Amino acid sequence: MIRAVIVINDQGKPRLVKFYDYQPVEKQQEIIRNVYGVLCSRAENVSNFVQDSTFGPDTRLVYKTFATLYFIVIFDDSENELAILDLMQVFVETLDKCFSNVCELDIVFNFNKVHTILDEIILGGQVVEMSSSEVVKALDEISWLEKNPNSNVRVPKSISGWQGR
Amino acid sequence: MNPFSSETRLRDMIRAIRACKTAAEERAVVRKECASIRAAVSDNDNDYRHRNLAKLMFIHMLGYPTHFGQMECLKLIAAPGFPEKRIGYLGLMLLLDERQEVLMLVTNSLKQDLNHTNQYIVGLALCALGNISSAEMARDLAPEVERLLQFRDPNVRKKAALCSIRIIKKVPDLAENFVNPVASLLKEKHHGVLLTAIQLCADLCTVSEEALEYFRKKCTEGLVKVLKDAVNSPYAPEYDISGIADPFLQIKLLRILRILGHGDADASDLMNDVLAQVATKTESNKNAGNAILYECVETIMSIEDSGGLRVLAINILGRFLSNRDNNIRYVALNMLMRAISVDGQAVQRHRATIVECVKDSDASIRKRALELVYLLVNETNVKPLTKELIDYLEVSDQDFKGDLTAKICSIVEKLSPEKIWYIDRMLKVLCEAGNYVKDEVWHGLIVVITNATNLHGYTVRSLYRAIQTSGDQEAVVRVAVWCIGEYGDLLVNNTGMLDLEEPITVTENDAVDVIEAAIKRHTSDLSTRAMCLIALLKLSSRFPSCSQRIKDIVNQSKGSLLLELQQRSIEFDSIIEKHQNLRSALVERMPVLDEATYSGRRAGSLPAVDSTSQGNPLQMPNGIPKTAAAPLLDLLDLSADEPAPQSSSGPNFLQDLLGGDILSTASQSGTTHPQKSGTDVLLDLLSTGSPPAQNGSSTADILSISQDNNKTSVSALNSLSSPMVTSTQNSSASAIMDLLDGFGPSPAVPKDNGPAYPSLVAFESNSLSLVFNFSKQPGSPQITEIEATFTNKSSDNYKDFIFQAAVPKFLQLHLEPASGNTLPASGNGSITQKLRVTNNQHGKKSIIMRIRISYKSNNKDMLEEGQISNIPRDL
Repeated sequence: MIRAVIVINDQGKPRLVKFYDYQPVEKQQEIIRNVYGVLCSRAENVSNFVQDSTFGPDTRLVYKTFATLYFIVIFDDSENELAILDLMQVFVETLDKCFSNVCELDIVFNFNKVHTILDEIILGGQVVEMSSSEVVKALDEISWLEKNPNSNVRVPKSISGWQGR
Repeated sequence: MNPFSSETRLRDMIRAIRACKTAAEERAVVRKECASIRAAVSDNDNDYRHRNLAKLMFIHMLGYPTHFGQMECLKLIAAPGFPEKRIGYLGLMLLLDERQEVLMLVTNSLKQDLNHTNQYIVGLALCALGNISSAEMARDLAPEVERLLQFRDPNVRKKAALCSIRIIKKVPDLAENFVNPVASLLKEKHHGVLLTAIQLCADLCTVSEEALEYFRKKCTEGLVKVLKDAVNSPYAPEYDISGIADPFLQIKLLRILRILGHGDADASDLMNDVLAQVATKTESNKNAGNAILYECVETIMSIEDSGGLRVLAINILGRFLSNRDNNIRYVALNMLMRAISVDGQAVQRHRATIVECVKDSDASIRKRALELVYLLVNETNVKPLTKELIDYLEVSDQDFKGDLTAKICSIVEKLSPEKIWYIDRMLKVLCEAGNYVKDEVWHGLIVVITNATNLHGYTVRSLYRAIQTSGDQEAVVRVAVWCIGEYGDLLVNNTGMLDLEEPITVTENDAVDVIEAAIKRHTSDLSTRAMCLIALLKLSSRFPSCSQRIKDIVNQSKGSLLLELQQRSIEFDSIIEKHQNLRSALVERMPVLDEATYSGRRAGSLPAVDSTSQGNPLQMPNGIPKTAAAPLLDLLDLSADEPAPQSSSGPNFLQDLLGGDILSTASQSGTTHPQKSGTDVLLDLLSTGSPPAQNGSSTADILSISQDNNKTSVSALNSLSSPMVTSTQNSSASAIMDLLDGFGPSPAVPKDNGPAYPSLVAFESNSLSLVFNFSKQPGSPQITEIEATFTNKSSDNYKDFIFQAAVPKFLQLHLEPASGNTLPASGNGSITQKLRVTNNQHGKKSIIMRIRISYKSNNKDMLEEGQISNIPRDL
């Protein structure tokens, strides 16, 4: 299970904080500070994995740097570390498609949209969707609904089949 | 309406916060915003509610309290519009705690939204429920979620599946309701639904044994087929990640197969083929492919399997180890660590690559590789592996040296095939990283050196060379100093040359030079210097020609500010100066240290001894008596008139102990040993010599008692010693008291209030007689007071007279100080000493004791021993 997804910038400012286990605010801030402390002292050219005991002995932390931002996922031993790296890639690609060339400011000013994107990818600590085009499609529908709150669904959903057959 | 709140948009607030230069400014802005939001909350402002909540979420992310906005979430969720609901649910997930009662209020809204006609609102509700559901909510809403698993839209189905995971985690009893719906979801074609259904299936299997059995029987084959299709599917752009078709689905499939196959041979059989396909067909040049391979390896390791696949799996890990990507190497090492218990032989084959990883540029990989190497070492490969590691030690990072030396030392200690190899490797490690070596490692080395009798010469010569090249490593210096002190003569004479050695010429002065350099080195700490002093004392006897020079060096420490050094140098100086006749016996070679005792001590009793070493920093916690204790120990041996003990078992040391106090009595007029050192010797001896079992708290107790009060220590010591020992510590304790406190022996006051008993000649020899007078307290038949009277039958005065007694375990013996220590000739006087014996088996066994009497007659040491067994039973 994924325990937390955190985005912080290289100054240690939180940009997106999502815990899948409830944590009080103070604890959240402490975790963010600790994580930032670990990451900014890490050398370049090392692995993206950090042994992390924030949530118990078996939790691990994977991070990836994109421009000025650290994307951090904390998870337990039921997840595959390498797959989590791909998951982060999907998340960032989706952000990129939604904001066309995403940068830190997009995330700062649209943090609730970013939350919605994240909710389409991870639900309750489990992965919902790994296809960024599916996520973007769902988000388009949501944005349309935001603008036309009183109408119902715009187009009938086409049921996308198993592509690989 | 609050004007401020309506004016600032979310964007403006974020801008304002970003513009803050200091934390204080930021706090001020946030405080202002929070005030206006509170005002809006109390005004029940509808128009800007969702904007205010969005602001609160941002404020929450920055770490400020936002509890006052919780009810706003509920109001927004209850609103009809989509935008309000969306923000409301986001707020619910971020700001609320599942334990809060507020959450109960949302159950009804959730229920309505789960039945909403708009599938996106259903999606929002599922998402919120999946993130924050409490057990009560799970129970209330499970039927809705179960129904949604069959919803027409796949997006809702997949969210419902993940939401179900939360539900069964909160209420495992509900698991059985989900088994059938999941079985049908597993037949889905939609990727997202399949992915989520598999995750739900995995969680069902972990919470319910029946579910696991069910899926194992009904679904294994189907899942294997899905995986087969995924592996063999052509390019599918939608789910493609760097050229691999839907890696995440494959990973989840492998994971569920692992759960189904674990512990079940039939299910494992079904998946063998497809696992082999995944392992061979997946491309490993991209992260996604490696992720699949990695998962596949883990599955192969967990299922019931024939050896073939395992070899394949471990070979994949072997390939990973030479991958350029750090992450891949990292996970490979992790997995190999687990694989080693499954198939150690297969892992051994990749030893060379693993050792290369110890030299990785990434610290976390190095650390892992080192741990793995440590697990891989066995008797057959210990030599090459250790060589490799020690070679690397020379060039490794400073921060890595500590870990590396600890592991090397542990390997060498654990698996060394022969002593010379052990000594060689250890010296090498000490030379390379002596400053990183823990104390117990070089203590252990010294124990091994003393045991390798035929290698003493070789070792001391190697150390002499080592200290020339690596004199900056503290541990090298200490071990070298110790060995040169002990075996300096072998160094100079080239005794015991091995074939492989190159001869060296070392003069006596050269050897002393080394010690002098070490004691003068400004980085040497107290222990090193103390060890140097002892080595010098020993050399002064081994090299008579250097005696004067050594005396000068020792004298330089007389002015040391460190009490210990100052005291030792004064003592040693007087030994060198005044006690030539004593010296050679005094500084005899240390007895062989007992390896078993040492390792037992290391394992069991460090804490107890540690506590005692606070008083005297020179005491080594491991009890190797190489510092202040060492010469004293030697002294004891000498004056106890006995050969040096050949093993350091408890009884011998207790005897030494006795001897030690004899010495202190003897030196009453000569060198003064302050009470503290005497007591410390007791401690040292006890902690060194007694077997680990006795070494626990009882030692500590004894120590604390004996430091407070020598008298009370007697009974404690007695209980520690075994009955056959001539344990006469009691007299020794009193001797110390006499000596140090100037405490005159208290005159014996006979007590006549008990029944009278006839006196008894307890011991008689040609030169001496001993008479016991008994008395008893009326109320306590177990306790017998004995007054011992010693009479000299010879024509010479006895000096330094000491009486010692030992009793079996069922007795407790308490000795009072003797009335004096000089016994005039020809019965012209006597010494009396009171004993109190408590007989725990009064009436069944009579009092018996062994005695030992030592004294000086005509300046000759005399010793008489005997057993007293003629005491009547009623006493």
